[in-house]
Amino acid sequence: MVETGHFALVLAFALSLVQMMVPLVGARTGNQRLMAVGGPVTVTGFALTALSFAALASAYAGSDFSVASVWENSHSLQPMIYKITGTWGNHEGSMLLWVLILTFFGALVAVFGNNLPATLKANVLAVQGMIGAAFFLFILATSNPFIRLNPAPIEGRDLNPILQDLGLAIHPPMLYLGYVGFSICFSFSVAALIEGRIDASWARWVRPWTLVAWMFLTGGIAMGSYWAYYELGWGGFWFWDPVENASFMPWLAGTALLHSAIVMEKRSALKIWTLLLAILTFSLSLLGTFLVRSGVLTSVHAFATDPARGVFILCILTLFIGGSLTLFALRASRLTAGGLFHPISREGALVLNNLFLTTATATVLVGTLYPLALEALTGGKISVGAPFFDLTFGPLMLPLLAIVPFGPLLAWKRGDAIAASQRLIAAFALAIAAMLVTGLFINGASVFAALGVGLAVWLVGGALTDLAVKSGFGSVAPAVMLRRFAGLPRSVFGTALAHLGLGLTLLGIVGTLCFGTEKILSMRPGETVELSGHTLRFEGLSPQKGPNFTEDRGRFLLLGADGNADGAINSAKRFYPVRQTVTTESGIRTIGLSQLYLSLGDENNDGSVVVRLWWKPLVTLIWGGGLVMMAGAAMSLLDRRLRVGAPAKGRTPAAALADPT
Amino acid sequence: MRARFSLASLVLLLALFFGGAAQAVKPDEVLQDPALEARARVLSEGLRCMVCQNQSIDESDADLARDLRILVRQRLVAGDTDQQVMDYVASRYGEFVLLKPRFSLRNALLWGTPVLLLIAGGIFIVFSARSRRTVPDSNLSAEEQAALDKMLRD
Repeated sequence: MVETGHFALVLAFALSLVQMMVPLVGARTGNQRLMAVGGPVTVTGFALTALSFAALASAYAGSDFSVASVWENSHSLQPMIYKITGTWGNHEGSMLLWVLILTFFGALVAVFGNNLPATLKANVLAVQGMIGAAFFLFILATSNPFIRLNPAPIEGRDLNPILQDLGLAIHPPMLYLGYVGFSICFSFSVAALIEGRIDASWARWVRPWTLVAWMFLTGGIAMGSYWAYYELGWGGFWFWDPVENASFMPWLAGTALLHSAIVMEKRSALKIWTLLLAILTFSLSLLGTFLVRSGVLTSVHAFATDPARGVFILCILTLFIGGSLTLFALRASRLTAGGLFHPISREGALVLNNLFLTTATATVLVGTLYPLALEALTGGKISVGAPFFDLTFGPLMLPLLAIVPFGPLLAWKRGDAIAASQRLIAAFALAIAAMLVTGLFINGASVFAALGVGLAVWLVGGALTDLAVKSGFGSVAPAVMLRRFAGLPRSVFGTALAHLGLGLTLLGIVGTLCFGTEKILSMRPGETVELSGHTLRFEGLSPQKGPNFTEDRGRFLLLGADGNADGAINSAKRFYPVRQTVTTESGIRTIGLSQLYLSLGDENNDGSVVVRLWWKPLVTLIWGGGLVMMAGAAMSLLDRRLRVGAPAKGRTPAAALADPT
Repeated sequence: MRARFSLASLVLLLALFFGGAAQAVKPDEVLQDPALEARARVLSEGLRCMVCQNQSIDESDADLARDLRILVRQRLVAGDTDQQVMDYVASRYGEFVLLKPRFSLRNALLWGTPVLLLIAGGIFIVFSARSRRTVPDSNLSAEEQAALDKMLRD
């Protein structure tokens, strides 16, 4: 089975070479038959990659320690779920997952792209083939997951304990679906540059792909943030860690792309800019892969001592980013620029959105790479951490978030800022009220906290206002309004939900950062502790045994107002003997939208135990908001107008009225 | 994690240096004065734990981070201002420990990028909006235009 997988991988590489050349030649010479090769080759390449991945997964599931990658990252006593997720919980396997998703998306274009112009489709598949070929070669040359060991070891070395978690089952695949989803936008852009033309149907194809990629990337980042929150044991949800930034940059650029693609589709404007953004977004995805996979983040020196992988990805990076940008520089002038619009218009608002999002992306990029560059050039070592991003990224987000509610309420071409403001008056009043209440009545609230709460309410109120206005709130009878509401295009709901989710996430962040409380203390069994109105009693430590670990589990009872127990919270120090690693299993109790977070520390000599306890108000909204954003993207995807080639359907009068495009 | 080797000796030195002080604060490195403690927490969040990946000493469980936390509190109790504490720590461990890079010439590009880009982008938008002229909508052939229209029809 393992050799079958290995063989399939080599074959998939060979096919990707065919895929990158034959359709391209066909498109240049106008040869229909050569162009038609692209589709079947792409689909077969995907089938072979899937077979290869299945072979590796079965080696992991069956604990076949004769495979080096399985030996290094698995153990026979691991629960089956972690044996399987271990397939992509390591460098080699995760790269295989990367190409699996790449070929899957390519196959989707091949199968569903029949209404694309033949040359465009051929070029898109060829560019996908180039990306595939580069990464197949990378895997086969430097990161082959199928290498055998002889003699085969009896037992594996276990998966890194902090990765033995359900979060790992979901986080990387979602993140990769996002990263790699942008490869399709990239391929469409490069194909458009090769052809030297670009039109609104191009945007129509690119927008759904952007939405899909953005949706998964949002989910992947939110999932990763929650995983870090409960698994790393000190309750932080975002660290501005370079690895996080690596996924955050494509998200920011992708968000900008999502918005500029709307302008391009509806108004044929910002064509060249949208194309450039599509290239940049995927370039940042590649950069993220490079940063995480090359080891360059640990230290420039670590990178230099084991350069094979890093240098290889760096070459891929240079080739694709450099190549596509060169092509852009050569061909962009051939593309016709878009139409005119007034500064106060929906296009104008979206341009501002793009200005702030792009600057924010660049800020994160510079903050992430500056220490590396400085060390490589001068040898000086500096750190760029959270305080830098708070001071730079934060101020960039304030004006952006403040203009978000205006965007959907402005008309295309020429908007009426005063009318939009009048419609937003209720949301504005609510935001000011929230700000004042926070500032005046909540103890210890800072100006920043009040501002944050106000901004979050402004975003939520703005999103609801958008829906209300488009349903005709206040101007028509309630029954008519309801009917109009139900008849609104799904993309209107999508926009409102995404902006609403943004507001919720912001509220969660402000709530946790500004109103969270914490206590660090030593406790003996029977002692109680009180934090923000919640009383906990420590019941004691008890040793427990898991399949591949032992743990000291601390049991805490949450006491209600009457002194009776209201449920238990467990937190544990876990020891994984194979890797000699200790992890902290945090204890979390969700109360409303807030959480009580408990983390067990070391045992003292006198029998007491260090306990860290946090009260995190509204913290669940951080990820809940992410889910709402995802729902918004999904809603937009369901909009029939986004589905190219969907059968024509008469527009309802309400929809036409609500969306005068 | 490679850095751990070279830092091991440093950790050992620090352990010797603070050997006596460490007993005062076991879980509770916490200072008696809440105002001073609050300042210590803020300062700790701005200092990097040098044996971890991108964690502040406030978050880190490492021994070196603990030693640094104690050092910060000692300086505060001794009456240092926030800036003096940070300068003191940076002078001993290098600029690397500061999670907020200094506003220095060396870091000009780092701090300047957001501002410069925002201004440049703004200027670019204003100028390109002014100089933009109407351009014919498409250069498609008739049949391509027909196919496109079919595609765009709702």
